[in-house]
This record gives sequence, structure tokens and C-alpha cells, in this order.
Amino acid sequence: MCRLILAVVFVFFAGNSMAAGPLKHEAQDWSWNGIFGTYDRAQLQRGLQVYKEVCSGCHALKYVAFRNLVDLGYSKQGIRAFAKTFDVKNAEPNEEGETFTRPGRVTDYFPSPFPNEQAARASNNGAYPPNLSLMVEARPHGADYLYALLTGYKDPPKGMKISEGMNYNSAYPGHQIAMSAPLDEGAVEYTDGTKATVRQMATDVTAFLAWTAEPNLEERKSMGLKVMLFLFAFLVILIAMKRRTWADVH
Amino acid sequence: MEKKQFDNKLVQWVDHRLPVFSYMNAEYNEFPMPKNLNYFWNFGALATVVLVTMIVTGILLAMQYTPHTTLAFGSIERIMRDVNYGWLIRYIHANGASMFFIVVYIHIFRGLYYGSYKAPRELLWMLGVVILLLMMATAFMGYVLPWGQMSYWGAQVITDFFTAIPIIGNPLTEWLRGDFVIDNATLNRFFSLHYLLPFVIVGVVALHVIALHVHGSNNPDGIDIKEPQDTIPFNPYFTAKDSVGLGVFLIIFAFFVFFAPNYLGHPDNYIEANPLATPAHIVPEWYFLPFYAILRSITFDIFFLEAKLLGVIAMGAAVMILLIVPWLDTSKVRSARYRPLYRIFFWVLLVDCIILGIVGVKSPSDLVFPGISWFDYKTLGLIGTIYYFGHFLFLMPVLGLIETPRPLPTSISKPVISLSSGGGSAPIGAAAAKKEKA
Ligand code: HEC
Ligand code: HEM
Repeated sequence: MCRLILAVVFVFFAGNSMAAGPLKHEAQDWSWNGIFGTYDRAQLQRGLQVYKEVCSGCHALKYVAFRNLVDLGYSKQGIRAFAKTFDVKNAEPNEEGETFTRPGRVTDYFPSPFPNEQAARASNNGAYPPNLSLMVEARPHGADYLYALLTGYKDPPKGMKISEGMNYNSAYPGHQIAMSAPLDEGAVEYTDGTKATVRQMATDVTAFLAWTAEPNLEERKSMGLKVMLFLFAFLVILIAMKRRTWADVH
Repeated sequence: MEKKQFDNKLVQWVDHRLPVFSYMNAEYNEFPMPKNLNYFWNFGALATVVLVTMIVTGILLAMQYTPHTTLAFGSIERIMRDVNYGWLIRYIHANGASMFFIVVYIHIFRGLYYGSYKAPRELLWMLGVVILLLMMATAFMGYVLPWGQMSYWGAQVITDFFTAIPIIGNPLTEWLRGDFVIDNATLNRFFSLHYLLPFVIVGVVALHVIALHVHGSNNPDGIDIKEPQDTIPFNPYFTAKDSVGLGVFLIIFAFFVFFAPNYLGHPDNYIEANPLATPAHIVPEWYFLPFYAILRSITFDIFFLEAKLLGVIAMGAAVMILLIVPWLDTSKVRSARYRPLYRIFFWVLLVDCIILGIVGVKSPSDLVFPGISWFDYKTLGLIGTIYYFGHFLFLMPVLGLIETPRPLPTSISKPVISLSSGGGSAPIGAAAAKKEKA
């Protein structure tokens, strides 16, 4: 009986997975995968460079503050200097009541490239470049999807018509995206000398965005291992206690 | 057991005036429990633990959360990034909701299998159904609070179903939302109610346990306690056994919290709510999927009743029907162990609910098997829905009348029927008894 049910359920699922769409995103071997996974600091730093030099022209990085960059292994001075390279609109007006921009400070958040959605659309052919800080959590297949998207710019298959201002992309749902290929060979010059191939930059910026989406991932996993270890030991004790308690029950 | 009750003078003094200590002693220390309970009797205790966990983490979250449409999403991100262990508290709370439902669903199916809803436990069961309804309302409103895309659009879709009610539908929906659309007024009242309802649940759980302790727990044999040897005191026996269940449960819970915290969630809820962009697929949380499938399975009008309204009625009825289960079941025998037919249909019902859950995530027009063009998920959902109601309204009453139950053991202490008493049933009973002892 049970086996029959299992067989039916199995056929059911098998049938379903075959019907799933043809979008391509292969699983990559990310350094933070698995229960022991951690971020690779050098990779995150390269990713930050790609974000800063390429993506930040169009995409915001809400909720991430310059001070958070200590996690990437930067020094306080380094971060202070990095923050200064951004123009930030001061929250309060000056004594004359005028708003003003000033060089960024450690406590500031990454500024958005556009003052509002309308302005962003106006400079992007009506399309809206979304905030990237949560992108890895906001899409199915997260980092794998992002990598596939950034490396998915190809010639469209024969016979496919691409609308005005759109680009073919093998990973994007519907295969037509308003963002033109953001990464070209050598688009950045890595300070650590890594060769800036499209794949390299896509990997690095994806890793960086995985960190912006979940900066506490490492703390979570290391705490998780300790908690699990404790819980398993605790369970053994509880089972032993239960056995002893119940030994006289017949 | 004549013990020196309460050596401590202060305890004696208090107990003489407010007998909380005698109460705890009678209800949780010496309380007689059937000694043959298996691990399925852990789930009530587990549900209690999750309920407390949800309330504690919820109160901590509420200290940092801002119920305003422009600030809610950002305040959650602040909790995740800047509040000390905020990510931990939030992941516990979010995954705790899923754990709560899985525990309570197992608890309910346990009741269905062992006939725990039958006399004299009808009110205990009905209070359980009330708890389930309150949990659903609480979870639904809680999911709206982070103000992500699924929060917003889920609330939009679900509240929209109230417009199907004739005449009062539209005003009722506006009244629920506090606005013509889901907006700040809705978010505020949902936050208020989401904070309130768990405490109402605590109250109903108290009644649930009071009702339970009148006649005590049912047991896997489904027979009444007949002699003192049938029972053992709750403490230390079931404190020990519940602790083992809790230990296993915490490992599963912790696995989700620490290693797959977003697995049960939906990626769209990491996008801030946008009333102008509808997500491609609006799906509720997994624990609502079977009910969502029932809601969407009715796509045709019956006389003057609109399909949409019928769907809403069917969904409501799917939960409400549990209230009358004690009277739909006509069998005198409680436990499915001794009900050869009911036992089979119990498992079919469980599979039906899982299938309905799968239907709930799929688009209604997708094909179940590629190549069979008439068999889409809408059709499967309708079949599943008809079966679901058929189980309760037809099978339950009829099975009790046509089925010949196996001979029941004479008492819990003598679970195995003496071999002379009757043919084939003894080995089955023996095997079952052996399995449960583990
Ligand atoms: C010239 C402006 C521009 C630059 C530079 C740019 N993007 Fe975009 N991006 C866009 C626009 C516009 C969209 C919206 C596309 C659409 O809606 O079709 C977008 C969309 C996206 C999306 C969302 C895709 C989805 O699933 O919805 C991601 C992810 C993304 N960009 C990543 C990046 C990364 C990473 C970089 C830097 C390497 C980058 N973009 C650089 C303009 C840009
Ligand atoms: C917040 C949710 C709930 C809590 C905290 C809770 C708590 C408990 C506890 C502590 C017990 C005793 C231990 C056990 O038998 O597992 C119990 C028993 C029971 N509960 Fe619940 N319960 C909840 C929800 C429900 C629901 C939704 C139902 C049914 C619709 C239900 C039906 C029953 C029944 C019938 C029993 C008696 C079982 C027996 O004696 O065989 N409960 N509950």
C-alpha cells in the first residue's frame, strides 16, 4: 500500500520536473555553500570594486553602510577614504536651510545613483534598475541566477525578435532584459592583479552581492554548528534519561 | 501516592491561599497517563513550546519593527543587519511559524488516526479547531508585516475573496482593510491583531488542556483506562518522553534556522511591496497551500452562486468540517488500529491533502502529466477537493456502519489479545504493539 503511494507520488514529481522551464542557471561552487562555507574576503573586495566601478552608476545598494565594509577586511582608515569618494546628500539642511551634498562618511549608507524611481527610469529607457543589496535573496536560485544573468548575454537564437532597447539574455525570465551587458572584458582593473574576464567579474560581484544580502551568514553558520553539536549531545542525554526512567514500565 | 506535599513553608503558605502548587502537582506531576502512548502524543507539548517561542521572539521583534508602509521593510532589514542577534530572532520567528503548522498538522492527523475526537473528547477537539483557525489568522497577518511583495499581494488576493460575499462583500472588505486597497491602515491593524491573537490562542490552549485533563489522554488502542496498572504518572515518565521528542524537534527546527532559513519562504518577499508590480505567481505560505487549492478548484457557477463565492465557502468549509467530525464518524471504535477500512482511507486522505498542497503551488492551467491535455492542475484540484469532502461527509459515516472492527484488547495493560480469542487478528495486534513500544 505505502509503496504504491510512493510510486504514484514519485511519478507525479518526475512528471513535474520535466515540465519545468528551460531557463539556464547551473549551480556554481560558491565558497559560502554548505554548512561550513564562508565568504572569500579577497573575492568580496574585488566584487565591491566591480559594484563601485560598474553597477553603482545605475543600481542602488540600500541598507548597506560604509561601516559594514569592515566585514570585508578593510581598515577603518581605508573605509573612511573609500566613503569620501562618494557624494552624499546631507540629511539635514545647512544653516541657510539649503540641502547640500558632502563627501561620504563611515556612518553613511551607500548613496543611490538616482534621487527617485522616475529619474532612474528616465535615464534607463523607462526601465528601473532595482536595488541590488537583497538581489541574491530576492530571486529563485539566488547567486547562481545572478551569475547566469551576468554571463548570459549572447546572440539571440535565430528567428527571435528582440524589441527596441532590449537585450537577449539566456537566464532572464522571458529572455529580454532592458539592461545591456554591464560587463565587458577588462571593465575594471583589479588592484590585486586578477585578470578581469567577464566570468571573473560576474563571479566576484555576485559574491559581493551575496554578502550584501546576508552579511551575517558566517556568524549564522558557525553558531549553527555549535548549536547542532550541543543539541545532538543533549538528545543523547535525554534518550538515556528516558530509557532509565522507563526501564521499570512493562 | 501519599507524599509529604511541599516541605517549604512559604510554598505551604501560598498553596493554602492560592493552590497553584497543588494544581501543578495534580495536573502535571501525578496526572495519570495511559502508559502505552507513543511518540505521536508528543506533539501537543511541542506545539506549546513553539507557541511560547513565537510569543517571546515576536515581542522582541515588535520592539524593533515599524508598522508603516514606508518603513516596515527597512525596519526588518535593520533587524537583520544592525540589531544584536536580530537575524537569529527573526529567522526563529519566521521558521517557527512553519514548525508550528507542521507540528499542529501532525497533532491533528494523530487525532484523526486514533479517534481522539470521539466522546468524551468532542469539545477538546473543537477547541483544537478553534486554535487552528486562530493560528491561520495570526500567520496570515504576520506574513503581511514585512511588507514584501508576497506580503502585499497575498493580502490583496485573500482579502479580495471577501468581495465575493453577496451584498455586504464590498463594504466588508473595505472594513477589513480599513481602506479601499491594502495600505497603511491595513498594515497597522494587522500588526495590532497579530500581536493580540497569540494571547487569545494561549487562552484557548488553556481551555484545551483543561478539557483534556477531565478525561485524560486517549491512547493508541483507543480504549478507556480500566485499571490502575494502565496508567503511569505524567512526571517523570512523560516529561522524559516529551523531552526526547523535543530534542529531536529542536534539531530539525535549528537546522532550518541556521542552515536553510529562507528555504520555506518566498524570494519575492525580499522585494519591497510595490502596488504597481504584480508578481508572476502569487502563492501563499506552504501551510495554506491545500486550502488555497480548494479555494481555486471551484471555477464554475452553481445556479445563482458565483464560482468565487463557492470557492470561499469551500475553503472555509474545509476547516469548519473538522468541527463536526466527532458526529460524522459513526464507528464506536476509536483507534484506526482496530479499524481495517478506516485505516486505509486515513492514509488516502493524507495523500489527498499533500496532492492538494502541490496543486496549490501550480498554475491551474499547467498539465499534471505532459501529454494528457485534459488533465490540468485545476482538474486535479477539483478531484482532490471532492475527495476531501467525500472523506468526511461520506466515508466517515459509512465506514463506521459497514466495517467490522478487529477485536479490542481488554485493557491497556493487556494489549495483546489472547491467542485463543480469535484467528488472524492477533498477530497484527501483536506486531503493532511491538512497534509502538520502541
Ligand atoms: C546602464 C545602467 C546599468 C548598469 C551599469 C547595470 N545595470 Fe543592472 N539593470 C539595469 C536596468 C535598467 C535593469 C532593469 C532591467 C529590466 O527591467 O528589464 C537592470 C536589472 C538588473 C538586475 C535584475 C534582473 C532581474 O532578475 O530582474 C540585476 C541582478 C542587475 N541588473 C545586476 C547588475 C549588476 C551586477 C551590474 C554591475 C555589474 C549592473 N546590473 C549594471 C541597468 C544597469
Ligand atoms: C496551539 C496549538 C495547540 C496546542 C498548544 C495544543 C496542545 C495540546 C496538548 C499539550 C495536548 C496533550 C498532549 C498530546 O496529546 O499531544 C493536546 C491534546 C489534544 N489536542 Fe491539541 N493543541 C493544539 C492544537 C490542536 C488542534 C488544532 C487540534 C485539532 C483540531 C487539537 C486536538 C487535540 C486532541 C483531540 C487532543 C487529545 C489527544 C488524545 O488524548 O489523544 N489540538 N493538545
